[in-house]
Amino acid sequence: MKRIDSISQLEKTKTALADKRDPSKTCITVCKGTGCSASGGAGVADRFITEIKKKKLAGKVSVRTTGCHGFCEQGPLVVVHPKGIFYNKVSDNDVSEILSKTVVGGEVIERLLYIDPATGKRIVYEKDVPFYKKQTRLLFGNNGKIDPTDIEDYVALGGYGSLGKALSKMAPGDIIDTVKGSGLRGRGGGGFSTGKKWASCQKAHGTEKYIICNADEGDPGAFQDRSLLEGNPHSVLEGMIIGAYAIGAREGYIYVRNEYPLAVKHIRVAIKQAGESGFIGKNILGSDFSFTIKVNRGGGAFVCGESSALFASIEGRLGEPRFKHVHATEKGLWDKPTVLNNVKTWATIPIVIDKGADWFARIGTDRSKGTMIFSLVGKINNTGLAEVPMGITLHKLIFDIGGGIPNGKRFKAVQTGGPSGGCIPEKLLDLQVDYEGLTEAGSMMGSGSFIIMDEDTCMVDIAKYFLSFTMDESCGKCTPCREGTMHMYNILKDITEGKATMEDLDTLEDLGRMIKETSLCQLGTSAPNPILSTLRYFKSEYEAHIKDKKCPTGVCRKLLQYSIDKEKCTGCTVCAKKCPVSAISGEKKKAHKIDKEICTKCGVCYEVCKFDAVKAG
Amino acid sequence: MVKLTINNKPIEVEEGTTVLEAAKKLGIDIPTMCIHGSMEPYGACRVCMVEVCSGKWSKLQTSCTYPVSEGLEVLTDSERAIKARKFIIELLLARCPNSKEIRALAARLGVEKSRFRTIDPEEKCILCGLCVRTCKELISSSAISFINRGIDRAVETPFKIDSDACIGCGACVFVCPTGAIKVEDIEGKRKLEKWHTELELAKCADCGEYFTTIKELDRVIDKLGLPKDMFTSCSACKRKKLRKNLSISI
Repeated sequence: MKRIDSISQLEKTKTALADKRDPSKTCITVCKGTGCSASGGAGVADRFITEIKKKKLAGKVSVRTTGCHGFCEQGPLVVVHPKGIFYNKVSDNDVSEILSKTVVGGEVIERLLYIDPATGKRIVYEKDVPFYKKQTRLLFGNNGKIDPTDIEDYVALGGYGSLGKALSKMAPGDIIDTVKGSGLRGRGGGGFSTGKKWASCQKAHGTEKYIICNADEGDPGAFQDRSLLEGNPHSVLEGMIIGAYAIGAREGYIYVRNEYPLAVKHIRVAIKQAGESGFIGKNILGSDFSFTIKVNRGGGAFVCGESSALFASIEGRLGEPRFKHVHATEKGLWDKPTVLNNVKTWATIPIVIDKGADWFARIGTDRSKGTMIFSLVGKINNTGLAEVPMGITLHKLIFDIGGGIPNGKRFKAVQTGGPSGGCIPEKLLDLQVDYEGLTEAGSMMGSGSFIIMDEDTCMVDIAKYFLSFTMDESCGKCTPCREGTMHMYNILKDITEGKATMEDLDTLEDLGRMIKETSLCQLGTSAPNPILSTLRYFKSEYEAHIKDKKCPTGVCRKLLQYSIDKEKCTGCTVCAKKCPVSAISGEKKKAHKIDKEICTKCGVCYEVCKFDAVKAG
Repeated sequence: MVKLTINNKPIEVEEGTTVLEAAKKLGIDIPTMCIHGSMEPYGACRVCMVEVCSGKWSKLQTSCTYPVSEGLEVLTDSERAIKARKFIIELLLARCPNSKEIRALAARLGVEKSRFRTIDPEEKCILCGLCVRTCKELISSSAISFINRGIDRAVETPFKIDSDACIGCGACVFVCPTGAIKVEDIEGKRKLEKWHTELELAKCADCGEYFTTIKELDRVIDKLGLPKDMFTSCSACKRKKLRKNLSISI
């Protein structure tokens, strides 16, 4: 795309690019996001290109590889436009058939259609898939329509139009007022008013100011930021450029995990193309405003997602947090006024500017406006990313969009907000999901990751898992987070091994409360959340481990006891033969016995017994 | 000037003063471990936590880092503040059960034993970072640094081998609040075992005693830009010479 030097030229280019897109022409979109790539999406995309050549369909069909569509469970995803025929779990071998039957013959391949588990019916069109139908995809909607490595796709859909509007029709103050009025709050989890943050940075002294995009997404189960950067990087850049214009910054950084190679690649391609097209660099769109963006790759420390540690990391210092009695908007990167926002926040800005504050503020609840992208992972049918208005109930999100729990199991809890969030039980399924709602329930919005657990999950074991994550990721600077999380982990380990006392449980609770009170940064102050919330909602499970030395779900192996039911055992000897440590003895055709001293609780006997005689408990 | 109260006692201090400094002016004692007057506060040990209240909210803050503000109410002896400090010292006591200094501070705060498990009873380092910061900020050597994270965090030289950057000045030994770093001068060498480093000592041209490391002397000469022959004697001999010269001139 040629360099654009004025607003009128941007409009002309957009119209020309949109006209080039013949809506009646067949276009096949293949998801090449990380999820679909992992299940073979990249191979599918390549096969389409070679098969189109082979079948001499080049003039009639085009292929567009896109970023994540969100429905990762069903990947690789292929959509045949203009009709929008939706094929899921497509493999290389299906490509030739799709071309000859669907593209040439106009026929729908039943086998590749998505079956709605609720009704058992096959669904032909993408727009009718319940997973998508019940979402409000403001940020994510364009992911399926854009090749993230081609800026023309973004501009053809009106991309950089908000930047044009901001530069030509709005003063910096107007932009800040609009963002304030929209009620947009930080999507990294903190939930601070974005407009207020910008306003305080704009007012801060000094001419050197910075804009930073926090893409150091590290929560287990979260991949929203990754998917946005991979699938629609220009939306993030456009938001940052508008933000820079509003607060008066000339330089910006994207701090992205190096473990996200595709995101790093796409954002670099996008920055290069945006620079060549006149959206980044000197005199943007012919105005006096100049702004550059650099990519800074993170070294893999979770704590670097914390603002002061992130600044330290960019500055080349040890990535550890420091006390923050002065806001980053006054003293941030290199001690200069800085606005740090999450990927999703930046990607929301062009929408707010385009549609206006009032339009945006109508979506969501009184306190939390707009949409949020949630990742649905764990024991859930529709693993993937769902964008919904704030205020949706947990039930709707997990059951209507997420498709409920697999294998007919019962829902037990959902861990929201990553490893530092809390576990919310079944009785709170009607809870409205917004910043305050989740906090009041003892959890948090965090990155928007939802880890769903079913009846087979041991809540003590899961709390131990999350704590092991924060314990490993603690930078170790302050005493309570470094020492305290280790002591909490040790107590949890004792509980799951049947070595703890009820006094230990009190110590655990006290540790949790005190670590929250005394830690230096948010990693420490939120690390005890999984424990405190499971103690609040699932205390009986802890007590069963301690008092009865039993894990109610049978997850904690050290508490398991295998025994053989004398009545049911036929003395077939299979268990005795399969036992790797020869812990089972008994005569043929007579009931067998397990020596508990030798038994390693591997469970082989339980699995091989055909007579249901081996009991675990 | 900023007006505030600490334990309901009013005080007026300059803007930019920390709560700890203001409390000191009122003679209110707050325990500290990771602060040193010649360096920026760090806020890591959390021993100096106090409760700060402003209007409706109140929260725990490290007094060594928290700046005073108009109308701030600070409580160093509230139940919440005392509980927090006791909790921190309990954690440190579990980490270093045989450290004389930690035991003394724990006793001062009314903590006799810790509820928590000890991993290494010989551990003396509380990771306050004073040694690391002194070496970097005051000595400009950066011979030591933090390695690893979480409970594995430790202070070390790069690659845990002898350090080229260490000049053997012993400032780290001096600032360590728990005596975790040892220095020994044996047979013309200065040994810093914790830093795997041994340095040659310089002999006094007058009395023949070893007095400091050659590397430290080189650093001082380089920094001050003074002639080398001014640094050939130990400080005792230098004083002696000075006395002699003074008496001659009189």
